[in-house]
Amino acid sequence: MLTKLVAWMDERIPLTATWNKHVGKYPTPKNFNFWYFFGSLALLVLVNQLLTGIWLTMNYNPSAEGAFASVEYIMRDVEWGWLIRYMHSTGASAFFVVVYLHMFRALLYGSYQKPRELLWLFGMGIFVVLMAEAFMGYLLPWGQMSFWGAQVIISLFGAIPVIGEDLTLWIRGDYVISGATLTRFFALHVIALPLVLVALVFLHIVALHEVGSNNPDGIEIKKNKGPDGWPKDAIPFHPYYTVKDIVGVAGFLILFCAVIFFAPGMGGLFLEPPNFEAANPLKTPAHIAPVWYFTPFYAILRAVPDKLFGVIAMGASIVILFVLPWLDRCKVKSFRYRSTLHKLNIVQFAISFVVLGYLGLQPATDLFTWMARAFTLLYFGFFIALWLYSKNEKTKPLPERVT
Amino acid sequence: MSNAPVDNGRRRFLTVATAVVGGAGAAFVAVPFLKSWNPSAKAKAAGAPVEVNISKLEPGQLIRVEWRGKPVWVTRRTPEVLAQLATLDDQLRDAASEEPQQPDYAKNPYRSIRDEVFVAVGICTHLGCSPLFLDGNFGEQVAGVDHGFFCPCHGSKFDMAGRVFSGVPAPLNLVVPPYHFVDDNTILVGVDQGEA
Repeated sequence: MLTKLVAWMDERIPLTATWNKHVGKYPTPKNFNFWYFFGSLALLVLVNQLLTGIWLTMNYNPSAEGAFASVEYIMRDVEWGWLIRYMHSTGASAFFVVVYLHMFRALLYGSYQKPRELLWLFGMGIFVVLMAEAFMGYLLPWGQMSFWGAQVIISLFGAIPVIGEDLTLWIRGDYVISGATLTRFFALHVIALPLVLVALVFLHIVALHEVGSNNPDGIEIKKNKGPDGWPKDAIPFHPYYTVKDIVGVAGFLILFCAVIFFAPGMGGLFLEPPNFEAANPLKTPAHIAPVWYFTPFYAILRAVPDKLFGVIAMGASIVILFVLPWLDRCKVKSFRYRSTLHKLNIVQFAISFVVLGYLGLQPATDLFTWMARAFTLLYFGFFIALWLYSKNEKTKPLPERVT
Repeated sequence: MSNAPVDNGRRRFLTVATAVVGGAGAAFVAVPFLKSWNPSAKAKAAGAPVEVNISKLEPGQLIRVEWRGKPVWVTRRTPEVLAQLATLDDQLRDAASEEPQQPDYAKNPYRSIRDEVFVAVGICTHLGCSPLFLDGNFGEQVAGVDHGFFCPCHGSKFDMAGRVFSGVPAPLNLVVPPYHFVDDNTILVGVDQGEA
């Protein structure tokens, strides 16, 4: 009966063929490790955000007068509303945790290198849309941090010469952040950007399955095929990696639920205390910091004592990631077979990123400002050094087969 | 079906012509979508002037009023504060108010119409936060200066005439809005003398 149905479908849509190409017979390197959990986890969090987001819009009121109260209403009066909102707010932070680790994996194993440049670019597109999505979503509760955070970020565009001021006016739709800004951010947050995000995720996966997955050894498994044309070092994605990813999902959900139930605000990191006060256009909170996932870039912005160059530096810190595949001129992908210099460079980059993230949360004292400057140089130094040494890097011999 | 040979030049011309006409149409359709993001007529009309009564404003005090959705500060400066302003010039980025951040009648050492009454838009010229009025403890930010404005977002500092200190992210002095004195104790924020 079921076989007949599938046969009937297959004559009308490539059902079995698609399943086999992307899941059932997708050749996956057999040496995936811990770092390969985060792609599927990102997909899981995306589904979580879409589902809880749709449910939140059912009770949320996108207006300057009603937004703050409707969030309180969801938290207090709607059955299970608190859980759905905490799943969404914690999911936002979880998304960035997972995506940052996913990107770091690509950095370690050179997964951005040829032939996976486009895959990396789609991934960067997802990252940028995700940041826009998070930023716009943060305005919606209409708390103090929502309001002043948006005021600061939109004002960034004012640093652009000539058109800057008109551009900020156009984005806000008013002379200050107002209900007009709130409603357009709502529309973008719930419809426009999710559509773009889902489309980019689709392209990301199509591109991945076209070139094939990289692996911790950074060698191409397609170069070593058996007589049946199946790569000797590959196993089918299903059931091997679906089962592995379920273990990852279980581990992730334990941590995710622990945050939702025991620390939904994460000590002010995931939900900032000033946001429990309604937006007040006349009073800036004494200390403003963006949510943790923006703070590395925010620290770079603050490190530069000039408005325009600060904005340029912050923009450059993200844009430079896009060209990473062309900055790294080494033919060897995985750090396992690359020089000690490269390993140290990755370590210092990771440390700089985390320290900048910490500094972005702190008030701008003299010491912290100087530290932010030093680590900003190290952040950009990673890319410059990589470009310089990768041309003639001393690498170790690559293995024939994955290890 | 005719079997006439394909005229590739003609085919290319038609393809390009269709693309150009279609592109022009798309560009025209984009205009209303982009324009709809501009401030609405209602938002533009909301910029009415605001009257402020300063009869109860004590020396050293600061009050905030809302004008066009922005915080506007009105403060009465003490003679000591005014005396100190002139001594700060070499620590400031634009001590003489060369940049057009104020109406002409406020382009003077105190950046005000009446020396003691200072009116300014309380929005940092860096990224739009509202600086804090540090009344007595500004010395932590600039040694020897007790009163001033400090922006908590990125650490920009302004003196009691809204002039920006050098070495901070804010590039410009605080904006002085158009205003005038209707009578001794009433300020109208939003319009110049004789305009309304």
